Amino acid sequence: MIRAQNVSKAYGEALVVDGVSLELPAHGITSIIGPNGAGKSTFLSMVSRLMPMSAGTVTVDGLDVTRTPSDVLARRLSILRQDNHIAARLTVADLVAFGRFPHSRGRLTVADKEHIDRAIGYLDLTDLAGRFLDELSGGQRQRAFVAMVLCQDTDYVLLDEPLNNLDMKHAMGMMKIMRRAADELGKTVVLVLHDINFASWYSDWIVAMKDGKVRHQGPASQIMRPEILADIYDMDIKVHEIGGRRVSVFYE
Amino acid sequence: MAEDIATTRTLLRPPAGSRRLALTPRQVLVLLAVLALIAAVAYMTVGAKGSWSFVLPFRGTKVWAMTVVGCAIAISTVLFQTISANRILTPSIMGFDALYALIQTTLVFVLGGLAYATVDPQLRFVVEVAAMVLFSGLLFRSLFSGAAKSLYLLVLVGIVFGVFFRSLSGLMQRLINPNDFAILQDALFARFSAIDPTLLVVSTITVALVCLWVVRMLPVLDVLALGREHAVNLGVDHKRAVSEILVMVAILVSVSTALVGPVTFFGLLVSNLAYLIIRSHRNALILPAAILLSVICLIGGQVVLERVFGFDTALSIIIEFVGGLVFIAILLKGKGR
Repeated sequence: MIRAQNVSKAYGEALVVDGVSLELPAHGITSIIGPNGAGKSTFLSMVSRLMPMSAGTVTVDGLDVTRTPSDVLARRLSILRQDNHIAARLTVADLVAFGRFPHSRGRLTVADKEHIDRAIGYLDLTDLAGRFLDELSGGQRQRAFVAMVLCQDTDYVLLDEPLNNLDMKHAMGMMKIMRRAADELGKTVVLVLHDINFASWYSDWIVAMKDGKVRHQGPASQIMRPEILADIYDMDIKVHEIGGRRVSVFYE
Repeated sequence: MAEDIATTRTLLRPPAGSRRLALTPRQVLVLLAVLALIAAVAYMTVGAKGSWSFVLPFRGTKVWAMTVVGCAIAISTVLFQTISANRILTPSIMGFDALYALIQTTLVFVLGGLAYATVDPQLRFVVEVAAMVLFSGLLFRSLFSGAAKSLYLLVLVGIVFGVFFRSLSGLMQRLINPNDFAILQDALFARFSAIDPTLLVVSTITVALVCLWVVRMLPVLDVLALGREHAVNLGVDHKRAVSEILVMVAILVSVSTALVGPVTFFGLLVSNLAYLIIRSHRNALILPAAILLSVICLIGGQVVLERVFGFDTALSIIIEFVGGLVFIAILLKGKGR
């Protein structure tokens, strides 16, 4: 379980994340939604120790993320942020192999290689395994990074806008992979998503943030209501039920 | 480890043929080693007149010195580019060697030229390296632990630091008397043909120790090249690793600056050539390639300079000219980011 208590981040006077206390359930998919500037990514970065907190504590399975040795956390929690630019010249296989670093410190074992192959296969990258990252499209590269994170094989997988750059087919594929990772491998997946319909369709739990605070949280069916969405996004959003799931329409 | 990764590669890579790569990185390294050897032999033998018992030790010392300097510059540049996760910055561009020059100038300014010149050079060297590690640690550590996100900010800070250090040195050089200045100038000019032999042993030991340190850190280095966020995600203690590497860089820059004076673009030239021909992310391959390239450039360049141009010009001028062109080319191509 990831537990955040009174987590804040301030840049000078501006509070980007304002005293967030949150318990993210273990197992299943949790999506964090909210308008731009709501503090979603910043929150995720603090949970994953990429960014120091101005105040508050975060524990992952009882381990304080600011005090636990980084390599211990790296075997328990993985994070992928939005902008991934790498200057080094890497192939997809090289990149995915880095996911094993927390376990093998650069000495790949047979088991590591199986993990690497599986992660590459999972993200449908087998044909691209030998390609260099700078020869890939944005979507392919995004999938390669997700493969690296999955290859890390941690209980908690945190992804900041994993659907960025993906077309509909691959966005759906990505969410299905997350679903499988949660259902079959028992992982806890936390996503920052902009597409609330994807969040609605695939998440077990949705956290809605606005102005640095958690405004609402609950199962998808509870959050996907016109009045709640209107409160979060300040716009008129209609919600329809299709096949027992809620879909929002907000195009005019 | 190397074997493991190599086998994964062959496992994971689709049956190649699409790659136009003619040589594997290992073959490239062997080729470079042969070239370096040829350059060294050529330097030792071409145009030798007189007794071999004089020529060989005399030139051998120079080859030895250029090898040490080449190692120091190549390793420091590649390490520095690894922690800053880009391929444009070098310790010199960030003002490291200007800092070293400032330390030397300050010593002459405070102690006086006579005292500076009469102190045991090895002791002086150790003191200068220690000061260098201390100050560069203070100045640069915060810059590389994630505080500064923008490459342009880093470059700008580096240039400002460099100018600041050089101006301070310049001021002190104007205040000291001409004799002191002559002693100082002797220490500061880049010259590959007149390397201070007294420092050679201690420099060699220093570089060798740093090399061992680097080898121990090789897997971590590969991860650091992915950038701070990925490195942290993969469990590297980023702050500590960066501090360690900055210490190594400071030591190596001190060695090369103490031996031949500041050279700005040489490291950039060899590191980028190494990235270009190795086409791998692994520092275990890039570092040796950069070292060999740097040795080839220095010794080969010195051969050409001495035999073709008849000492008419300084090697550092040619290197800086070519290196500067490469720097501009990389900047224009925008590939360094």
